[in-house]
Amino acid sequence: MSSNGSRVKAIARIDVMLKPGISDVQGQVVERSLPAMGWENVSDVRVGKHLELVVEGASLEVLKEQVEKMCEAFLANTVIESYAVELEPI
Amino acid sequence: MRREGADPDYVWHGDADLRGADAVILPGGFAHGDYLRTGAIARFSPVMDAVAGLASAGAPVLGICNGFQILAEAHLVPGALRRNEGLRFLCTWTDLEVVDTDTIATRGLEKGQRLRIPINHYEGNYTPPEGAEPRVAFRYVDNPNGAWQNAAGVANDAGNVVGMMPHPERASESWLGSEDGRLVLASLVESCRVTTRA
Repeated sequence: MSSNGSRVKAIARIDVMLKPGISDVQGQVVERSLPAMGWENVSDVRVGKHLELVVEGASLEVLKEQVEKMCEAFLANTVIESYAVELEPI
Repeated sequence: MRREGADPDYVWHGDADLRGADAVILPGGFAHGDYLRTGAIARFSPVMDAVAGLASAGAPVLGICNGFQILAEAHLVPGALRRNEGLRFLCTWTDLEVVDTDTIATRGLEKGQRLRIPINHYEGNYTPPEGAEPRVAFRYVDNPNGAWQNAAGVANDAGNVVGMMPHPERASESWLGSEDGRLVLASLVESCRVTTRA
């Protein structure tokens, strides 16, 4: 599969979350709503974004680097958000 | 803008050329559905390279509302705009106070001067980069959206690029409820005179 000239295709799963120091108003509202529904043991609710995309290239390492660059430049706003990238070959 | 002494023209976002403009206003509204984040896609419009070039040359650049969000995404002003603290879209009048008079939007105004200018946004909760203390051009007298230091408008270090959530153009006639926005627009025009003379 990794013979010379072969390409890999992977699905990238990206989580974008507000940085820990940034107040997550959506998370707080969700957290406040849960006890009213009977779930009273929940804390630290945070709401973020999940993105999925398919990329193709020379290797998983190269693709991971590319997706991280995409996050830095566009998919996340690193002033207020952090991101995590996972790649799974398909 | 014409009434303040300028000779304004529209530039399409897909154009790469500002046709010799002395200054640029990025107006409010919405762009590309504001998907992903407000301004995140618009900042890559072809015209933005020319806007960045003008900004780095020291020319006046003013972003209003969505225009502010675009400037922030383009890193032409520091920081980011998050959802309003109360998670409500806000369409209301605000009282502003001039904080820093050494910017293209506050030139000729007085420190502490009050302006009545409306806001109309969901993502106006200004957040500076971690550890930074950006220049605040205007602050809200009563913070409507959770913005850091009540910031309604911030400037880059040089003061020639300003982003503001309130809409000065919507406070430009007495029958609109206020003419205070004209002072901001006039300040921009006056700044053009100063920078083009230099």
